[in-house]
Amino acid sequence: MSALQVSDLSFAYGAREVLRGVSFSLAPSRFAALLGPNGAGKSTLIALLTRLYDLQKGEVHMGEHSLRQSPRPALRQMGVVFQQSTLDLDLSVEQNLRYHAALHGLARREVSERVALELDRQGLTERRRERVRALNGGHRRRVEIARALLHQPRLLLLDEASVGLDPASRLALNAHVRNLCRDQGISVLWATHLLDEVHPDDDLLILHQGRLVASGQAGDVSAEHDGGLDAAFRHLTTNGASR
Amino acid sequence: MNAYWQCLSGIVLREWLRFVMQRTRFLSALVRPLLWLLVFAAGFRAALGIAIIEPYDTYIPYEVYIIPGLACMILLFNGMQGSLSMVYDREMGSMRVLLTSPLPRTFLLLCKLLATSLISLLQVYAFLGVAWVYGVQPPAAGLLLALPALLLVALMLSALGLLLSNAIRQLENFAGVMNFVIFPLFFMSSALYPLWKMREASEWLYWLCAINPFSHAVELVRFALYERFNPTALAVCAILTVVFAGLAVLTFNPQHAAVRKAS
Repeated sequence: MSALQVSDLSFAYGAREVLRGVSFSLAPSRFAALLGPNGAGKSTLIALLTRLYDLQKGEVHMGEHSLRQSPRPALRQMGVVFQQSTLDLDLSVEQNLRYHAALHGLARREVSERVALELDRQGLTERRRERVRALNGGHRRRVEIARALLHQPRLLLLDEASVGLDPASRLALNAHVRNLCRDQGISVLWATHLLDEVHPDDDLLILHQGRLVASGQAGDVSAEHDGGLDAAFRHLTTNGASR
Repeated sequence: MNAYWQCLSGIVLREWLRFVMQRTRFLSALVRPLLWLLVFAAGFRAALGIAIIEPYDTYIPYEVYIIPGLACMILLFNGMQGSLSMVYDREMGSMRVLLTSPLPRTFLLLCKLLATSLISLLQVYAFLGVAWVYGVQPPAAGLLLALPALLLVALMLSALGLLLSNAIRQLENFAGVMNFVIFPLFFMSSALYPLWKMREASEWLYWLCAINPFSHAVELVRFALYERFNPTALAVCAILTVVFAGLAVLTFNPQHAAVRKAS
């Protein structure tokens, strides 16, 4: 069963249509890159997947749960890191995580254990009592990832999570999430507009002007165009070609 | 049920921690009513004589009169600032974290209203403490009886704030709404002057003040502080709390804000 199944999803801000008939699925334990230029509709797609916006047309399933019909179990399957940081800067790392655990209704006795585990995985145990304000951008992102994984989701959504990081931190974060995907069997949907964050064996979704103009393994999409992924991306997002 | 309790206590704890961490916010919230009490009231007391009115048994100094109004002023500003932070959160993202909780959205919003209201109460009692030292000393039992009245008023004003924030397209528009909501609510109420004084000035102004929900909020607190019960004020505040909270929850939808912003 797919970790995420999106079927014929469309969305409009008033008269302005920003997603048009988007369909794709994400297999368990796969890293999928959602690529698209600014304004392609990536953030709207994430807003729909996280139920910030109501579905207008189309369906979303997370595992066996429909987001429209049974949103609560669907949301339990999902962890999310938003484009803009959503941490409380004046609270400590641990306080931020405990707040998230409370929002998911986790029992207090298991929270300490899970917080310790996730902080250890993200290499943040030493900094658990520090205010988030004192952390650099890369570490803040790690805190957000630890937070997103606290309720043990099967699917992790990251919306331009590397924006604002220096190149080294950006690639380190990307590698870190890939390790999570491999070691913990989590499916990852990584929305970005930066091509160097995509590997040939990733699943690739290219969104342009609200339409999915390419889907498949990144290596295969690249092979169809001379000049690799860069050329493929330019071609697909300039001409609006579809596949 | 336990998940709901964990969620509620987590949201309240977060508001508490933010309150503790942001001491300047606490101090600035105290400065405003204290300026009114220590400066405005001192200058105004000579100009305004207060007749014996309910719930007071005797003539009272002006400082005693305005204490309930200033306590409610804290709740009014906090209720509106709470909504301001919700608009900010909606734009900047931390509201999104709240909304990814699998628990029902209505429950999450009500928890948020309750949490901000409880924090407001701490500020009110800090203010009442300073006023006590200054010499305005309501009966101790009244301070206790005022607690549920203050909580109800805090919830009513927070719900009103959330309702208003749902209609606001973006953060910048909030200042205008503050001017059109906070000041009329506060000045056209019994917070600073008894309504019979207003009637002497203008009959229609008097009626505007009499139907102002904030007047009922102030009178509910005033009566409770002096161990008296004001059923009309209680009924108005309770009904409006339910109406404001219901409408706020019904109209809360970040999607609407995004659509308004995009169009």
